[in-house]
Amino acid sequence: MKIIVFQLGDEEYGISVEEVQSIEKIQHITRVPGVKEYVKGVINLRGVITPIIDLRTRFKLQEQLNHELTRIIMVRLNDIEAGLIVDAANDVVDIDEKTIASVPETIEGIAVEYLSGVVKVDGRLIVLLNLPKVLSLEDPLQ
Amino acid sequence: MDMNQYLEVFIEESKEHLQNVNDQLMLFEKNTNDLSYVNEIFRSAHTLKGMSATMGFDDLAQLTHKMENVLDAVRNHQLDAHTEIVDVLFESVDALEIMVQSISEGGDGQLDVKLLVQKLQRIVAEEPVAQSAASFIEYDELVQTLLSQTADQGVNAFEITVQLESTCLLKAARAYMVFDVLEQAGDVIKSAPTVQDIEQEKFESSFIVILVTNESQEKLQASIMEVSEVESVKIAVVPVKKETEMEESVSQEVAAAIQEVTVSASSKSSVEEKKQPSINKTIRVNIDRLDSLMNLFEELVIDRGRLEQISKELNNSELDETVERMSRISGDLQTIILNMRMVPVETVFNRFPRMVRQLSKDLGKQIELQIVGADTELDRTVIDEIGDPLVHLLRNAVDHGIEMPQARLTKGKNETGMIRLKAYHSGNHVFIDLEDDGAGINREKVLQKALNRGIIDEKTAETLTDKQVYELIFASGFSTAEQISDVSGRGVGLDVVKNTIESLGGSVTIDSSEGYGSRFSIQLPLTLSIISALLVQMSEERYALPLSSIIETAIVQPKDIMHVHGQKVIDFRGAIIPLIDLKKLFNVPNSVQGNYYSVVIVKKGEKTAGLIVDSFIGQQEIVLKSLGHYLPAVFAISGATILGDGQVALIIDCNALIK
Repeated sequence: MKIIVFQLGDEEYGISVEEVQSIEKIQHITRVPGVKEYVKGVINLRGVITPIIDLRTRFKLQEQLNHELTRIIMVRLNDIEAGLIVDAANDVVDIDEKTIASVPETIEGIAVEYLSGVVKVDGRLIVLLNLPKVLSLEDPLQ
Repeated sequence: MDMNQYLEVFIEESKEHLQNVNDQLMLFEKNTNDLSYVNEIFRSAHTLKGMSATMGFDDLAQLTHKMENVLDAVRNHQLDAHTEIVDVLFESVDALEIMVQSISEGGDGQLDVKLLVQKLQRIVAEEPVAQSAASFIEYDELVQTLLSQTADQGVNAFEITVQLESTCLLKAARAYMVFDVLEQAGDVIKSAPTVQDIEQEKFESSFIVILVTNESQEKLQASIMEVSEVESVKIAVVPVKKETEMEESVSQEVAAAIQEVTVSASSKSSVEEKKQPSINKTIRVNIDRLDSLMNLFEELVIDRGRLEQISKELNNSELDETVERMSRISGDLQTIILNMRMVPVETVFNRFPRMVRQLSKDLGKQIELQIVGADTELDRTVIDEIGDPLVHLLRNAVDHGIEMPQARLTKGKNETGMIRLKAYHSGNHVFIDLEDDGAGINREKVLQKALNRGIIDEKTAETLTDKQVYELIFASGFSTAEQISDVSGRGVGLDVVKNTIESLGGSVTIDSSEGYGSRFSIQLPLTLSIISALLVQMSEERYALPLSSIIETAIVQPKDIMHVHGQKVIDFRGAIIPLIDLKKLFNVPNSVQGNYYSVVIVKKGEKTAGLIVDSFIGQQEIVLKSLGHYLPAVFAISGATILGDGQVALIIDCNALIK
């Protein structure tokens, strides 16, 4: 199974290639009033209005200003298309599905529900994202 | 042969013919003396039969064939058109519709039509005039008149005797081929044995037909002989008296029938052309293609906006001119594309008379359905969605609205209830009103029900206005039916109607007066994709306000602002209207109030409000885009659009802002 590896703070996260549509550079995001705070707004992705989620806010991490490495990972889940803002995305690795371990009870304040497992590749620890939970508009932390 | 390429055409045309049969049957039922309707129905049924036989849909062909027999008997005065016949014909149309529907959904169009066929056959069997398979042709009055009339027009009439080879195995098929040839040459007005007997191979080896044609005798002879297994063809000229020599004993009806028949004989006659004036001037276009044209055009509109912006910044007169011209042309193009997608609501309305007829019959009510403004046009996307809600409302009116005839009489009303369906344009909207003169809505009953179902509580119940009470029937889980009937109350409430209409960007309101009837008013946007909007700026953010809800813009000095219960209001042309601070409402960051207020006055129906913004950018055509599935219902935002610089601007839903 191939995963896209991205950076969020000091941690490395992974998301299955199949769930990823593309990786975009950061661009102007139009704020949408009255939505959940982790929904940063919408962008024009080649003519399609696409919502953007800030993963840092989603995971209750310290917010960070965008820089040149900041990327938007466009994901697709059923009929939902959305972009996830991450600190950097630069790697694709192959993992063996059998080596995926369950998530330890606490990882730096991120709710376990958002994650689907951890996997070790060449000494790197990669946390796998539970995309349906991340995109879900119900917030288990509230 | 691969029939798939014709399937779409077949389905479309079948639907048209079925609709035609439906319409004409309705008309015929009202006036059973006018046989022109029957002729029209016959034509459609005949075409349907031919088409479905060619496409290999046997059940369809069989049923239409039997229908034809009945219709033929009716128009030849061998059968009196009574209600039972019309009913069976309607039933047959229903079955045909089901079959065509099944075909269009990829099915094989098979249906057990035995019972219907039997019914139809029984009707024909009651024919008073025995049509024996005689070997000679009987020239009845009708045929005589017909022949003499054609003789007046200088057209030949031939009696053709066709003898098939005795070894011929598929006699009916051969006969069919002969008829094919004959029908190309002219019109068969009579045959012995009858056509249906020939089709069922109920003949020895020869048959006689009378043909009215412009072709010469020799040519006919040659072309019939081209059909294999034909042994001989004898052609004789039918001696006929000229019409002028005929006695004047021909009854009015017969004359009318003849006129119809001759009209159908020469397909290029002027009457035909008048009936379908644009038949050669239209083409069928798949809606998908129109949609992709529309999508491409939307991209163009966005780029046009960008070009306009660039040319404004560069301030080059030649560029300005070109861009202006381009804008004008693309504006025209836009109108054309939008118009291409416009369809008259007729396509939705035309199934209603039939539906109301059936429903009122089932319920034992007498109802007249009036349709006004069926030629009002709406975007195809809206048309596709509006049918179901209307059906729902109509069923509701028939079932709950109109009372039983007896009840109506006691109330001093006309025995026959009236339902009026009216469509009309107004501004950028289409209105569809559904009015009935039935019982109206009982306020107390509705309130009681809403209380029982926990939709409202006692306290609110007392404060509600009549209109608010009526709105309750749109609440989910609400049904006014005393008992669940077959017609409505199947667990699907009017809330579905409201939801569908609102999802189209429309609204629905109710007016009712107990004892006198109710009116449902639906307001719909003309089109769903490109609208004119005013772009406004708030701090760094830009928003679009649909022009259709804007009355005007104004600059308001702080001293003109008054307060009512802590709510900012202004005096606008003598009316006190509330001010809504959009920046506060939308939590726009870094917003500061300037020395004066820029206000957009918007309306929702009768109500108005002023929206405070930072500044107006200008008017622009925008392409409506949805926010997607992830953000389905954002308060006061109805969608988004892409501006010339590629950025997204949100579209403000003024309806949500005004309570």
